[in-house]
Amino acid sequence: MASGKRKMSRRTAIAEVARTAGAVCLGGLSLAALVRSADQADARALRPPGAQPEPDFLSACVRCGLCVQACPYGTLSLAEWGQEPAVGTPFFTPREVPCYMCRDVPCARACPTGALDRDIAISDADMGVAVLVGHEDCLNYKGMNCSICVRVCPIRGDAITLEEGEFNGRKIMVPTVHSAHCTGCGTCEKHCVTGHASIRVLPRDLGLGGDGRNRAGRAT
Amino acid sequence: MIGWWISDSRKLAVASRGLLPAHKWWLLRRLCQVSVLGLFMLGPMAGIWLVRGNFAASDIGGVVTLADPYVLLQSLAGGAVPIATMVVGALLILLLYLVVGGRAYCGWVCPVNIVTDTAHWLREKTGLTRDRKLDRRSRLVILGATLVASGLTGTIAWEFVNPVSLLQRGLISGIGFGWTIILAVFLLDLVVARRAWCSHLCPVGAFYGLVGRASVIRVSAARRDACTDCGACFNICPEPHVIVPALKGEGSPLVLSGDCQNCGGCIDSCPVKVFNLSTRGRGGAGQAH
Repeated sequence: MASGKRKMSRRTAIAEVARTAGAVCLGGLSLAALVRSADQADARALRPPGAQPEPDFLSACVRCGLCVQACPYGTLSLAEWGQEPAVGTPFFTPREVPCYMCRDVPCARACPTGALDRDIAISDADMGVAVLVGHEDCLNYKGMNCSICVRVCPIRGDAITLEEGEFNGRKIMVPTVHSAHCTGCGTCEKHCVTGHASIRVLPRDLGLGGDGRNRAGRAT
Repeated sequence: MIGWWISDSRKLAVASRGLLPAHKWWLLRRLCQVSVLGLFMLGPMAGIWLVRGNFAASDIGGVVTLADPYVLLQSLAGGAVPIATMVVGALLILLLYLVVGGRAYCGWVCPVNIVTDTAHWLREKTGLTRDRKLDRRSRLVILGATLVASGLTGTIAWEFVNPVSLLQRGLISGIGFGWTIILAVFLLDLVVARRAWCSHLCPVGAFYGLVGRASVIRVSAARRDACTDCGACFNICPEPHVIVPALKGEGSPLVLSGDCQNCGGCIDSCPVKVFNLSTRGRGGAGQAH
């Protein structure tokens, strides 16, 4: 740019280069700030199976929608402007359409970028983890034997089980999620009978507590 | 009056060569833009899946994957390691535009071009002349900035705002609130400056402009001796500066600037057929290199 056809003194040339570099940095920083402020909101976005961890996903996904079009159930959509996930990226809302956990994972197979792992086995998928967020409304906590979430779970017997417990002095059967088996497909959230689902899929870092911060009670 | 809609810059050509010849390249261009977009919309709208995906990356008939090289560049700047499919797809597109002219993307494919062309037409018809001077190199600065931002945030930064992807993706799979950005581009081109977006600010165009510096198919002012200095080509051209060396210079009659969109506006609008499409390497005796 600086080496134009016009004759230019060295001083002007250096000034020109510095100005251009300054403008590039200014623009870059502004756009970076905008991007950062925008992606605070996608902490809750649920990605298709096989998705890389969110930071890697955002640099790899080109927003082509091939995964969306490959899904036979219309589970996925690309975020439009004003929706929560980063604009153009694929996500799903289990309460509307959960992931039906196809064996051949057509969405991940369709990804041209590597943002979704094409070789993922669906049982290893980690779209999130189901969490019983609203136990006050959960019918099982009220002493009924609803257990819909347990019965619709595609990883039946492993991902959600009923565990005996006691609540307000009554024996109850507590729907209990086992995060090692749960893929976050959201079938439980879809079918939960309470007004808003009492069991919901959250990204793992929101849904799980993580290891304790002190050593008390640990085996080693 | 029947011809009220004809752009002033085409009127001489319409008078001397007829309505259709004066709109030939314009019609082909619109046809190309609409059919490319239409192919992608056939799937989601009508269930006819000839192609899948969108302009960022696509699956053409299950045979080949194509990908946007500028998006790939941002992805790389963001620290991603894309799989081979993506890289090969982007190289194929790069190769295509190395042949047909880098910014042929802008003139023949990009849907925002229809928006800004409409704004430009409306500008002419309403007599809006306000033209804030923008530096056409701004787009190179923005191009650099998008790569810096991608690197800083580890994302594909421009895709958070890019009106080009927004519009094509929006038409294929829903746009949400994004129509406001498209409206903003339209208004920018209508009331702020002539050809503000495509010819001054858009980094996608800047990227393809860099590709176009080496591309094969070029417009040539082959019969520049016949030029009557009517100014029609300069009026219609989205990047008038590219015409000057070819038409008025001593060297090659080829339009060699990467900024040229190969839109054929000059060919359409010239009443004496000075311009034609040619290829780099051809172009007459006066060629410098």
